[in-house]
Amino acid sequence: MENKILKTEGLSAFYNENEAVQNVSVSFPKNEITAIMGPSGCGKTTFLRCLNRMHELTDGASIDGKILLNGENLNELEPIKVRRQIGMVFQHPNPFPTMSIFNNVIAGYKLNGIDKGEEEFRWIVEKSLKEAGLWEEVKNDLHKKGASLSGGQKQRLCIARALAINPEIILMDEPTSALDPVATKHIEELIGNLTKNVTVILVTHNMSQAGRVSDYAMFMYLGEMMETGNTDKMFTNPKKEITEKFLTGKIG
Amino acid sequence: MGKKSLRNKKNNKSGGESYSSSDFPFLWSFKNKLFNSGLFLAGITVILIVAGIFVSLIIASLPSIKEFGIDFLFSTKWNPVIEKFGALPFLVGTLLTSFLALAICIPFSLAISILLGEYFTEGWFASLVKTLTELLAGIPSVIYGFWGMFFLVPVVRYLENVIGVQPYGIGIFTSSLILAIMIIPYSASLGRDVIEMVPSEYKEAAYSLGATRFEVIKKIILPYSRSGIFAGIILALGRAVGETMAVTMLIGNSNKMPDSIFSPGNTMASVIANEFNESTFELYTSSLIEIGAVLFIVTIVINLVGKYIIKKFEVET
Amino acid sequence: MKNIEKRKLKNSVFKYSTVAIAILALLPLFFIIFYVFRKGLPVINWEFLTSVPKSIGESGGGILNAMVGTLMLVIIASAIAVPIGIFAGVLISEHPDNIISKMLNLSVEILQGIPSIVIGLIGYIWIVRQMGHFSALSGGITLSIMMLPMIIKHTKETLELIPDTLKESAYALGIPYYNTLLKVILPSGLSGIFTGILLGLARIAGETAPLLFTAFGNSYLNVDILKPVAALPLLIYNYATSPYQEWHKISWGASCILVIFVLTLNIISRLVIKKWKIKY
Repeated sequence: MENKILKTEGLSAFYNENEAVQNVSVSFPKNEITAIMGPSGCGKTTFLRCLNRMHELTDGASIDGKILLNGENLNELEPIKVRRQIGMVFQHPNPFPTMSIFNNVIAGYKLNGIDKGEEEFRWIVEKSLKEAGLWEEVKNDLHKKGASLSGGQKQRLCIARALAINPEIILMDEPTSALDPVATKHIEELIGNLTKNVTVILVTHNMSQAGRVSDYAMFMYLGEMMETGNTDKMFTNPKKEITEKFLTGKIG
Repeated sequence: MGKKSLRNKKNNKSGGESYSSSDFPFLWSFKNKLFNSGLFLAGITVILIVAGIFVSLIIASLPSIKEFGIDFLFSTKWNPVIEKFGALPFLVGTLLTSFLALAICIPFSLAISILLGEYFTEGWFASLVKTLTELLAGIPSVIYGFWGMFFLVPVVRYLENVIGVQPYGIGIFTSSLILAIMIIPYSASLGRDVIEMVPSEYKEAAYSLGATRFEVIKKIILPYSRSGIFAGIILALGRAVGETMAVTMLIGNSNKMPDSIFSPGNTMASVIANEFNESTFELYTSSLIEIGAVLFIVTIVINLVGKYIIKKFEVET
Repeated sequence: MKNIEKRKLKNSVFKYSTVAIAILALLPLFFIIFYVFRKGLPVINWEFLTSVPKSIGESGGGILNAMVGTLMLVIIASAIAVPIGIFAGVLISEHPDNIISKMLNLSVEILQGIPSIVIGLIGYIWIVRQMGHFSALSGGITLSIMMLPMIIKHTKETLELIPDTLKESAYALGIPYYNTLLKVILPSGLSGIFTGILLGLARIAGETAPLLFTAFGNSYLNVDILKPVAALPLLIYNYATSPYQEWHKISWGASCILVIFVLTLNIISRLVIKKWKIKY
């Protein structure tokens, strides 16, 4: 039986009166890639943003229910500490424009004034960039600004940045939807290699990507979690009719 | 909400070192609150400064208000010797110079607005005109005044000789001229913005009916941006009313009611500049400050009316 | 057909008259700069820049006291207005719906429109009266009030353009709010904020009216902020309106320096926008 690192119990998310996520109870397997898919507007991004307590940053946003990380209720912890455990990569690559590539990777330390020392930072940067599959391309240009990279490279830089602080889980919100097919392929490959050290939860509206990349899949529709299960099994033999409709392109 | 520290993740990692996830700056939560308070403190400070300006002006004017009441605004006698102060000559001076300046400046600033908003919205010529207009606004008032003293005054003196009035050279007319030059950039830039904002659908509809560019400007663009251009004129007026140094140097410093636009005179701003450091007793100082208070209120009203019109225009577009 | 010819003629006439009138409007700029340089440049030499004014009747002398004074005033004004202005601008962009922000917006609009001579009166009432004498400090504080709107507006507008995703990526790394603002957002907006500061500087460097009853002027070199101090625009005004030819010459030289200073600041701020513009 797989180890479940993250669990939600009756999680609902609201924007003022509007219930965007309805009563979701799921668990995520550790060191696996879980894809959350569904048509646009089904609440999957909102759900994802609850997991690292980013949802509450929006005006009028609120949640109900529990989120448990290794058994601890996230809502009883400082959001700032939750986010060190659960990192995030966004849809639009956004390295910090005023910082070099080197400093972008270790931004999680530098911006908090944490000094690990020159040597250790270099080690962290190399390790994170290698995990993100970017090291070879930028190793001689680490002092250059992050804005000088291509879209795909920027996104890999953002992944390296998220990895550098050693989170247990990385959330990815449509990480390749703003990228070209070649960049997308690069990133899909590296996601596969990340699970040695982290658990990946990936939101995507592209179900073939979900099929290619993930071990475990969840299907959301209109705010409700419709079906979850092993990816291969769900894709070949969906349990619910609505899941089947989504997978065959009839909805979304 | 209880604060729990997260467990170290040593057990989860394979290879390499692991890092404590409680890597935060010392007292970060307190610093957050401190920072936020700093923001609000700065904001409140500015608000208090503005409120304070208003209150201080009124309080410092009280001796004069108590002595002269509303007659202050209607009396034409300004005589420190007998301690009688009436501000009407300066109100008239301000009115004359500002409106005359406005009248002179309107065709010029309108021309620049149309040039930049319609004919040349991009390109080197547009950048040049834009830059020059902004530089015109950047020249300090005292330099305008200085230049006016040596360049405009002889010209106006010559003109006055030709017309047959007293060739003072200085006076209300000369001040209006320099003011007109100074306020052109203000209404020009606003006018340009509103003209550029005219939706292209209207212009294209007119063009497709065979209208010439001039006709589109005259019948579509200008009427559409009328309120915005008007707002620009109002803001330029606000600027003209408060302008001090150039006017002080060219208006002749006379406290009598001006007979004509070629007489010397004084504006509210220039009389304060000219006489404040000479005001040796409280009533004198207080009267000058009261003029300052009137100036303050007049310019605020003008500016807020202008900005309100712009907001309404932006909402409608 | 004649009607079309008439309309086309009107079209051309209008276009060329518009261009002509616009150019005419800008001509004074050239006249002024040309005149100032023609009369001012010959006056400027090493002695002019390094000595203080001589007494009436003596020739020579310079504007060192005025330049030093302007520098002092500008430094005092910036030291006050820049931090307050930036923080106030951040407040509006961070909490736009707060009532304080709304009142702040209104205050900035009002402040921008207040004539400089009125602010000079306030400087007199608030500081000179309390201190009992004129001073560089009162001049600097008065000028700082005038600098505020420019800085606040530029800061606010620059920060509003920064996409939210930048903030979010910092939060997602567990960076606290104050660090996100100070180390990510503000640095990203530096070019716009710096422009606001430069333009504010250019504005107050040329202001005379607020100094008439605060800094007051000084014919000697003075670096004590508690004493009256000379300033370029003040010197220009006092010497220009005096009856002495010698002093007029000095005034032209000082005007030249002031114009060069203000124009340089304007040009630099233009370049700063272009070069430092950070893309997200």
